[in-house]
Amino acid sequence: MSAPILQVRELVMRFGGLTAVNRVSFDAMAGDITAVIGPNGAGKTTVFNLITGFYKPSAGEIILHGPAGQKPLHATVGHRIARSGVARTFQNIRLFPGMTVLENLLVAQHNTLQAATFFGIGAAFGLGRYRQAEREAVALARRWLEATRLLDRADDPAGALPYGAQRRLEIARAMCTNPVLLCLDEPAAGLNPRESEELAELIRLIRDGGCSILLIEHDMGVVMRISDRVVVLDHGQKIADGTPAEVRADQRVISAYLGEGDEDDAPSVPAEGAA
Amino acid sequence: MAYALQQLINGVALGMIYGLIAVGYTMVYGIIGMINFAHGDIFMVGAFVSLISFVLLSAGGWAAGPGAVLLVLLVSMAITALYGWSVERIAYRPLRGSFRLAPLISAIGMSIVLQNFVQVSQGARAKPIEPIIQGSVELWHGNGFSVSLSTMQIVIVVVTLAVLAIFTWLVTSTKLGRAMRACEQDRKMAGLLGIDTDRTISITFVIGAALAAVAGTLYLLRYGLADFFMGFIVGVKAFTAAVLGGVGSLPGALLGGLLIGLIETLWSAYAGQDMFLLRELNPAYKDVAAFAILIATLIFLPSGLLGRAEVEKV
Amino acid sequence: MSGARLPEGPHLGGVPHNDDGVPAPGEMGGIPRGPEAPAPRPPLVHALRDAGLAALVALGLFVPLVGLRTDVGPSGGGLILRTRWADVAILVGIVFAGRLAMNLWSSLRPAGRPRTARRTAQLARIGTFVAPLFLAFAVLMPLLPWTTRYGLDLGVLVLTYVMLGWGLNIVVGLAGLLDLGYVAFYAVGAYTYALLSTTYGLSFWVCLPLAGIFAAFAGMLLGFPVLRLRGDYLAIVTLAFGEIIRVVLLNWVSLTGGPNGISGIPRPSFFGLSFSAGGGPGSFADFFGLEPSPTHRAVFLYYLILVLALLTNWVTLRLRRQPLGRAWEALREDEIACRALGINVTNTKLTAFAIGAMFGGFAGAFFATRQAFVSPESFTFIESAIILAIVVLGGLGSQLGVAIAALVLIGGFEAFRDFEEYRMLVFGAAMVVIMVWRPRGLVSSRKPSVALGERKAISGDLVGGGHG
Repeated sequence: MSAPILQVRELVMRFGGLTAVNRVSFDAMAGDITAVIGPNGAGKTTVFNLITGFYKPSAGEIILHGPAGQKPLHATVGHRIARSGVARTFQNIRLFPGMTVLENLLVAQHNTLQAATFFGIGAAFGLGRYRQAEREAVALARRWLEATRLLDRADDPAGALPYGAQRRLEIARAMCTNPVLLCLDEPAAGLNPRESEELAELIRLIRDGGCSILLIEHDMGVVMRISDRVVVLDHGQKIADGTPAEVRADQRVISAYLGEGDEDDAPSVPAEGAA
Repeated sequence: MAYALQQLINGVALGMIYGLIAVGYTMVYGIIGMINFAHGDIFMVGAFVSLISFVLLSAGGWAAGPGAVLLVLLVSMAITALYGWSVERIAYRPLRGSFRLAPLISAIGMSIVLQNFVQVSQGARAKPIEPIIQGSVELWHGNGFSVSLSTMQIVIVVVTLAVLAIFTWLVTSTKLGRAMRACEQDRKMAGLLGIDTDRTISITFVIGAALAAVAGTLYLLRYGLADFFMGFIVGVKAFTAAVLGGVGSLPGALLGGLLIGLIETLWSAYAGQDMFLLRELNPAYKDVAAFAILIATLIFLPSGLLGRAEVEKV
Repeated sequence: MSGARLPEGPHLGGVPHNDDGVPAPGEMGGIPRGPEAPAPRPPLVHALRDAGLAALVALGLFVPLVGLRTDVGPSGGGLILRTRWADVAILVGIVFAGRLAMNLWSSLRPAGRPRTARRTAQLARIGTFVAPLFLAFAVLMPLLPWTTRYGLDLGVLVLTYVMLGWGLNIVVGLAGLLDLGYVAFYAVGAYTYALLSTTYGLSFWVCLPLAGIFAAFAGMLLGFPVLRLRGDYLAIVTLAFGEIIRVVLLNWVSLTGGPNGISGIPRPSFFGLSFSAGGGPGSFADFFGLEPSPTHRAVFLYYLILVLALLTNWVTLRLRRQPLGRAWEALREDEIACRALGINVTNTKLTAFAIGAMFGGFAGAFFATRQAFVSPESFTFIESAIILAIVVLGGLGSQLGVAIAALVLIGGFEAFRDFEEYRMLVFGAAMVVIMVWRPRGLVSSRKPSVALGERKAISGDLVGGGHG
């Protein structure tokens, strides 16, 4: 509860002349569910893309306090960020639709498996160590399939799953990389209330398993129910940071959401199922 | 200096022709996001239709004057446009919205079909044609060199600019042009708004083919030769021009064409000459130069000189 | 040729939905298009009208290019014209009849049935029987009594393309990287063997791995600059790369002999036993006490390429079940998701280029030793196009499909050897027809690399085509 897992310091991101993220700082504590909320265009997804290495920040620092000590994520290339323990999902689901559910989960364990094959050379000859590693990988996949209730769909192509199942699969796949920090980009988007409820349950389960969570969400019901801490962004700046109760009472947050005195920002009232 | 100026003029004339073809690539790529692989061969068909028309006219005893050239140009544009339309109808339209690689393979198949169709119907030998537009204007003269502007080069520049002016007007100021631009932005949405996207795409191919026919006619007049294989290498260079200028940008296509024409001409003129490092260069590698530019552009300047930069969406 | 051919499958209901006809140059008597929505069945009048319009378009297409033939005059001066109106009439007639037949056929035929998952599974099951049959036939072919020398040579040719197709399948089919310059690696392999053997006298068996290694390096060389390119851009750059290699081979006369190529390349030996026609001591025939025969070498070459092709297949199948192969397929499906999962996209792409190129290099070395002669003419863009066509027509990622496509295309191509000048025309037309008929190739389903229970074939509609 006490130590931060992720520290974001004075983060700036400019696209040409547009400043999408402007000097944002916040901490995500280890073992917490931290939610990042804000109206459309507030810069939430940009912050996510910065943390997970899809964009390089124009300025500022992102420090991960992982199991291997401090890691400056702002200076780490994309695929190495995942290796240092940050996993993510995408707002518009990005699965490998032509591969089966199980294959999706094995691809997520690529690095562990690849190391066990002596980088492909041993595997071609079917060395025993690889078989062992693959068995373990399948076992881990099976565990997450059970947790996400997808076990019976394991051999179906991911693209053929219903929408809600695809969302769960994407989370399962991220978890198969054994992350210390899981970044969820609007996981409840497009889910019905019952599915949202199950999702909240799943997120809590992951948190209780020891993985910290960073969450972008529009569904305020989910956010307020499960978050330990909420960071509010508006126009690329942080306007509030605190417990759900504190944030809900914050005058600036309310006006940001109601779009007070603001022409270009579509008012998006925090409501159940707003996605 | 005089030599350089002369090469510059030659390069611009060649570049205009590349530019005309490049516009066809750019338009099609813009609207359906595929490389129309058969476009170079459409250019070849245009050259052949012109060639046949010229021979027909001279057999009919028509004097080879400006009227005859204009007539041939129009005939070639019409017939070649029909080819462009047919290619789209047969090989691309059935594959709309289908698997991504399918139209590309189909286009390569179409390119093979067109080449070999002309080879079978017109023979494999290169066809020479007597010079029709002759004469030149001497611009400068002195110490053994002279710089001249041939009538042919004037015709190339004037025709190209005129055709592109008409085309630009078409795209920017007519209802058709608006439909084309709408399809380029978002085809599905354009369809929902009542634009007949199939028809718009067909017209795009027709216009692209007509421009290629103009290029084919000018090329034939300038170089006096047509053969069934000429479309491949010219096509690749024109595509390079489109990429260099920025795919989707019409002024870019012309600019890219001019640059490629200049580079190619200057390479041929100077590579291997006994000056500085030039003697290390081989004039035979002028095509390699064009390809190398293509690769370098895509790597260092993927959106081209005048294209719009794209931000990767995650 | 294909006037009355009607496509199956959901993409192509083949029902004409408006009254503009499909024109068709030459043999392509009319390829149906796939309207998005099924239209009302055209009555006879409509069909006639449509066919008439198609004929009219065909008339416009054929009058100048077919009707008016230009030839260089006997004096060498201007061109002379010859008219061939009869040919035009025949062609237009074919288009009319073909289009009419197509219209009528589609109005009679019930709407195309959708390809269900069950059918995909059925096809996959058939595949498991067909593959061993093919293999058995390929192994036994040279031993069959009715196999002629010509048949054997054709077999070698087909197997070379099967191998090239399988090699390219790694790049295009698995990793989803569209490569239009594959022939460059074939050329690198061929010239590697040609140069090493003629200059340093190295044997085929030493040069074979070297050819593979050099080609793999060429693959990485190509791979580095194109890592960031997507889609058709990648295709055009690989095409340019292939052309650069060819132009360099053509112009670097001191090394490659330029357009004259390299001749007198040593033929392979069987564990040191040569296949000299006269027999003699140390020859294959002498060692085994056989009558010297040129067939021995042909049979040997046949088995050599069969083994090389099967090696390609074995490695590919093996890798598909390994992390690397899965990463390739994942890359084809979604590159961004790969990055988010910590996969080094750069290395994954480079290994795909390198391994695919390596097999191209092996095939090139084989080509050089079989022909005993290489020249840039053998490595034109059209070769790359044919290999890519084999992969796409066979079905991306499907080893069986690629083999069938190679057999059909190369075998069919040979069948037209008596109509030399129409060969490429028909070939190109076949490429278009097959694509329109089955855009995903002959075998489009994908088999999972791992399963908890039963391995169910995945319908091609779900499988991605890659971004590049």
